[in-house]
Amino acid sequence: MSLLADAVARAAPAQAAGAPVLRVEGLGVRIRTGRHALRALDDVGFSLRRAETLGLVGESGSGKTLTALALMRLVETSAIEIDRGQVALDGVDLLGLPERAMEDLRGRRISMIFQEPMTALNPVISIGRQIEEPLRRHLGTGRRAARDAAVALLDQVGIRDAARIARCHPHELSGGMRQRVTIAIAIACRPDVLVADEPTTALDVTVQAQILGLLRDLQAEMGMAMLLITHDLGVVAETAHRVAVMYAGRVVETAPVGALFRRPRHPYTRGLLRSIPRIARERPAALAEIPGTVPGLLALPEGCAFAARCELATAHCVAERPALERIGPEQAVACWRHQHV
Amino acid sequence: MLRFIATRLLQSIPLVIGVSLIGFALMHLAPGGPLAVYTLNPSINAQDIERIRIIFGLDQPIHIQYVKWATGMLRGDWGNTFFGGRPVLDVILERVPATMLLMGSALAVAIVLGLAIGILGAVKRHSIFDYLATSGALFALSFPTFWFGLMAIYVFAVRLRWLPSGGMFELGEEDNIIDLLRHLVLPTAVLGLVITASWSRYARSAFLEVLQQDYMRTARAKGLRFHQRLLRHAFPNAVKPLIALLGVELPFLFSGALVAETIFGWPGMGRLFVDALSMKEYPILMGMIVFTALFVIVGNLLADVAIAAIDPRVRLA
Repeated sequence: MSLLADAVARAAPAQAAGAPVLRVEGLGVRIRTGRHALRALDDVGFSLRRAETLGLVGESGSGKTLTALALMRLVETSAIEIDRGQVALDGVDLLGLPERAMEDLRGRRISMIFQEPMTALNPVISIGRQIEEPLRRHLGTGRRAARDAAVALLDQVGIRDAARIARCHPHELSGGMRQRVTIAIAIACRPDVLVADEPTTALDVTVQAQILGLLRDLQAEMGMAMLLITHDLGVVAETAHRVAVMYAGRVVETAPVGALFRRPRHPYTRGLLRSIPRIARERPAALAEIPGTVPGLLALPEGCAFAARCELATAHCVAERPALERIGPEQAVACWRHQHV
Repeated sequence: MLRFIATRLLQSIPLVIGVSLIGFALMHLAPGGPLAVYTLNPSINAQDIERIRIIFGLDQPIHIQYVKWATGMLRGDWGNTFFGGRPVLDVILERVPATMLLMGSALAVAIVLGLAIGILGAVKRHSIFDYLATSGALFALSFPTFWFGLMAIYVFAVRLRWLPSGGMFELGEEDNIIDLLRHLVLPTAVLGLVITASWSRYARSAFLEVLQQDYMRTARAKGLRFHQRLLRHAFPNAVKPLIALLGVELPFLFSGALVAETIFGWPGMGRLFVDALSMKEYPILMGMIVFTALFVIVGNLLADVAIAAIDPRVRLA
């Protein structure tokens, strides 16, 4: 049995249905570049329940990080605009909130950790103070209480000698330690939703496993929902309950982890799964790859964005874009030919 | 931190020696030489000049001259002026307060205004304010300081008669603070304007750079308010290069003060230098070169210490 399949077998089953804590619907982001405006995200939708981890996967440039930043409302500039959709946190549309109200929610009810622990922390502020900040800002915790809480949080994210580390500055810590610190910052106010944007990509493989384990434990302990962004299907298999696959700024398939790995319904998902190297006893077959490249956002085709690379594509696929279609209680796919996958 | 300061102090010693060597050599290379003033005096003949040369020790080899001069400086004996024979150190030190007052107030104005304009320009990048500030700074930097000085005197002293045109006091008003401030306004404004212009540019680019850093996004993701992000997260990081720049820029500020002092008749070190130059007062010129060098070295030292106080990484170096 391959390591991956083994991991899939161990993956926790999807949580019992409940009201989603975060629901993203029809999210669209537009980027203006000189004379052109390109659609970087189109009709992105998914939902997250309490204590559930949704893996958001896709290639570089598919819009995973942009989705995360958009729902945190951290992207808006003069050139980037969230122009469609809804991001409902417990029924409240975040996109409609004034910035000050959004600031009250960030770090308190919805937190984010980033890909690069080496640059995500302020180099001139001590670790302890950076963890204290959200507590003091959102919960009005006093100086001394916040200091103690910061040490406790460091302890909780598995940092030994927490009291000493709290007095250190970021440059004195390794990448793995720093990522633990950013996690401590993110969970300080016990948020409902944690957005983790490729939290292990910049780390050594052994440290990756530790950080994923930590995130899983924290989630179980605190019951928060987690949006885990990654391009690593192995990470998804080990950590997520459900998966949303993105391609060229759209969600092309959502499914529970087990179902997705057993039977992908989108040709792109299938291609992704086939391109994972496996450790097998028999002489391995050549590693499959998806032919072609992701289309540029400036030249998105009329029809399905994957059609040009898809072995199942028909004239219909090229002519008309398929919408995300529900094909099971927990599964949806955007493909005209999903029955043939 | 103490270790860092001690190391930096030790490192400045060779710097001081080097600067004094260069200063000494430059003065020797300058045409005319220290005795040129006497050759113009008809009552002093060639034998007298030769005697003065021996008295001054100018007949000795140059390295002996340097060592004698340098050890004298260390003991506080900076020599005497040609005219009046007063101790050079006293002559320089009595000019220090006036220069410090002018440079200090001009710098204070420039740092406050320059930072404010620069930060606003960085935060509201490509706004109308940003464009106005940019072109304003360019305008101020394209004109020489003396032109602004003359225009200021013409408009505010000659035409409007609001402020005095120069000097530090009216006669008999030496203890009047109000009078001093009135005299301070124009030179401070002119010197401050030029420094503000360059500092607003430095501050803008420093803050632009810092605002794009990942940790600023982390600070936003924490839900911190704008002012908290700006003051606690951006400011210390952005101000580091500005402090370093201040240390490096001190000599330029000094030369700016030289022009402003000359135009406004401000009795500071800049005027002293210009006067000493025209009178070939070698002892004063030598003294001032060393004094400014020390001043700049100390300024840089303070800048380094300040940066180390902000950024723990610097202390390791």
